Amino acid sequence: MKATLWGTRGSLASAGPETVRYGGNTSCVEVRGSDGTLIVLDAGTGIRRLGAALGAEAPQINILLTHLHMDHIQGFGFFPPLYRPNIEVHIWGPPSLTHDLRTRLTRYLSPPLFPVRLRDLPSRLALHDVPLGGFDVGGLHVDSALVTHPGPTVGYRIRDNGRSLTYIPDHEPALGATRFPWRSDWTSGYAVSHGTDLLIHDTQYTMPEYAEHVGWGHSAIDHTIAFARLARVRRLVTFHHDPSHSDAELDRLLEKAASTGPLPFELIPGMEGMQFEI
Amino acid sequence: MLQQEVEVILMRQLASYLAMPIFVVDPSGNLLFYNEPAEALLGRPFDEAGEMPMAEWAIAFSPSDEEDRPLPPEALPLVNALRRRRPAHRTIRITGLDGISRRIETMAFPLVGQGGRLLGVAAIFWDLDSR
Repeated sequence: MKATLWGTRGSLASAGPETVRYGGNTSCVEVRGSDGTLIVLDAGTGIRRLGAALGAEAPQINILLTHLHMDHIQGFGFFPPLYRPNIEVHIWGPPSLTHDLRTRLTRYLSPPLFPVRLRDLPSRLALHDVPLGGFDVGGLHVDSALVTHPGPTVGYRIRDNGRSLTYIPDHEPALGATRFPWRSDWTSGYAVSHGTDLLIHDTQYTMPEYAEHVGWGHSAIDHTIAFARLARVRRLVTFHHDPSHSDAELDRLLEKAASTGPLPFELIPGMEGMQFEI
Repeated sequence: MLQQEVEVILMRQLASYLAMPIFVVDPSGNLLFYNEPAEALLGRPFDEAGEMPMAEWAIAFSPSDEEDRPLPPEALPLVNALRRRRPAHRTIRITGLDGISRRIETMAFPLVGQGGRLLGVAAIFWDLDSR
């Protein structure tokens, strides 16, 4: 299985010379299974460049959304495969008690927010509620679980040939915890993360920033490192960088985090364009 | 189970901050948690009592009706809410593990998650003797 980061920024696309290394595009990760199955994790602005890179090659694309906040769906309208009639696109999103996925996506993909309506896209669209538990996408198995973030939000673990990648871009496992980390069975996200080979996880804040944003649904890098330690992951990729964090600041944050002591996993600063073999 | 459902985790975290006594069980009725205000009613810190099966907690606190007649588990609001998947309410007497008998109101409600999954039951106790 291979993963490519097409968008690593959180909350808002943040292009500029100060973010050019880590990247300014919002969440999007391409996952290729060993059998060629293509999964796209989230449709942030990073999906535009992925779409251009795909060309006309992929007859079927599977887009797994963690949730429907704007930074995770904003790239939809600029994903060229959606405009090709010969392509089958499956979109998976977390279930809601009130509106189906099509209705919720249409809020964005319709005027006045966007000129093209979802129903007018020529590709063959199939929309699915994510089954909580597990499901298969092509030759890949996907585990899904609700995680702590405002509104229905899921984390995914994708399994292929005994290896796994876990993707939880928006996650606040420390919310309300009187001490963190604590018991693994009382920790949001643990079930889809334990023992994973590659964890791509929210590291939006510093600890002082987190103190001012408790309940916003994101993690301080210290929390994420504690979570990764608890889950015994092999590699941790930092992700969903705060729009206000420049490359230089992110370098400093990572350096500081890595200097707190030996880590039982590899800490990797998540940068746009990075590729991982899993 | 590797991990509690996230709604149950959040319920415990909320309960740990509230000043009302709260008691949380899983879909099988196993006690998962009670908060500090509930410890005062039940007469033992949760860290000492720990998680326990329904068959144990349903008799551990010697529940009875207002006339001191013992109540079977199926007469308890918590068990009712679990079995009928709807809120249940009753005034009962319990004897805490500290040996003190208290008259309490119990309001239990099922925790139903996305997709209609029954995740457990939370109960709120109201100490009538001290109010």
